[in-house]
Amino acid sequence: MKKLVSLFLILVLAFFLTTALDQGLDFWHSPSQLDAFRMSNAFVQNDVLGEGGALVFGESKNLESGSANIVTSIVVDYRSFDTLGEITVLFLSALGVGLLMGSGVRTTLRSGFILKTAAKMVAPLMLLTGIYIFTHGHLTPGGGFPGGSMMATAFLLHYFGSDTVKSNLKPLKWIESTAGALYILLGLAGLFVAGSFLQNFLPTGTLGHLVSAGIIPLVYVLVGLKVGSEVSGIVADFSKTEVVS
Amino acid sequence: MSILLVLEWIVGIVLIIGAVACVVTENIWAAIVRLSLLSMLAVVAFALMRAPDVALTEAVIGSGLVTFVFVVAIKKMLPKENENEETR
Amino acid sequence: MIQFAGIALILIGIYGLMTTKHMIKLIIALNVMELGANIFIISIGFVAHGLAPIYTADLPNQAFSFVDPLPQAMVLTAIVIGFGVSALGLVVAQNIYKKHGTYDLSEIGGEE
Repeated sequence: MKKLVSLFLILVLAFFLTTALDQGLDFWHSPSQLDAFRMSNAFVQNDVLGEGGALVFGESKNLESGSANIVTSIVVDYRSFDTLGEITVLFLSALGVGLLMGSGVRTTLRSGFILKTAAKMVAPLMLLTGIYIFTHGHLTPGGGFPGGSMMATAFLLHYFGSDTVKSNLKPLKWIESTAGALYILLGLAGLFVAGSFLQNFLPTGTLGHLVSAGIIPLVYVLVGLKVGSEVSGIVADFSKTEVVS
Repeated sequence: MSILLVLEWIVGIVLIIGAVACVVTENIWAAIVRLSLLSMLAVVAFALMRAPDVALTEAVIGSGLVTFVFVVAIKKMLPKENENEETR
Repeated sequence: MIQFAGIALILIGIYGLMTTKHMIKLIIALNVMELGANIFIISIGFVAHGLAPIYTADLPNQAFSFVDPLPQAMVLTAIVIGFGVSALGLVVAQNIYKKHGTYDLSEIGGEE
């Protein structure tokens, strides 16, 4: 009975949603938008302050944001304050997990021979891939969030693949707080040098080079370290359990 | 271009079927595995929508870490349940 | 089609939230809903024949258009936050389990 009522409510909701959306969007086909009228054109052209021009990969210099990956330039340059808020939310959730799982020791999952052998070989490669992803976040797909999570996955594999690792989480906390503090210090440096919080105050270089885009690579490395240590902390806290004798 | 459209339809239909199977099932392990499958399909959907950054993030988090967290949460529940079943 | 799948996933998640009382299944339904919302937001920014929003060395010379990068930037952070939220929810569920010995919400509460 309850399921029937729920189904009915869902169908009513689906009817209203589809009729409401059908007016604005080309709903049943691949949606298409008029290119000229969308807001992110300014982000794509590096033209928010109104001094942009044609962008050529490898030639354009001293752009507004200077990152080849436009998503990165939005996440850590144009909307960087938003990102600061997001990693604060992630920090709060990690704090909540740590507080609620407070007492306890590491779960003794019996890891088999295959996992132990493979973890030794695969975990360093995963760590290296994570570092590559967040240092090249302004050139290739990826960035701090997937790179940090990949580092956390490598940590997790190492954590369960070896018997010798004790649950000593001090370095993680240290990295996390240092990265967060450095992010805010970079923002304050933008405030004092260029006049607004988290502004891109370094020279942005040539579009498409590794050393370019001002503070974007620095911020993304910090975000990657912070997200990686936070997610590792969540995972390590999560795998603790009460001592069952 | 048309093969991408066909892929889009396949991914969409399997997403809906998988979501229904994930929510309706009584077996908790099956629900978790289907959630992981949904995440992998969502990665394909994001890649079809030309969003490589989001696809990378979802591939790492959605199918790796979220599944791990759920598995550990249920793994802690199971031994006590087995004891209960044995004593009954 | 993927836009439609996103809306369907949101609705299926709401259905799961309404019909189950198992706490872990509630969190799974919440995850399904979050996935649907992410897919829907991404699909809003899609442009037919658009390219991924990255400047590369081998872009075509003739006119082209990128897909909208703004929804992608939103969803990129939302996925990580979603992981944190579901981990926190699972920890709360475990604490309730430790206290009451059950994952079923209808068996908790009442006076004993």
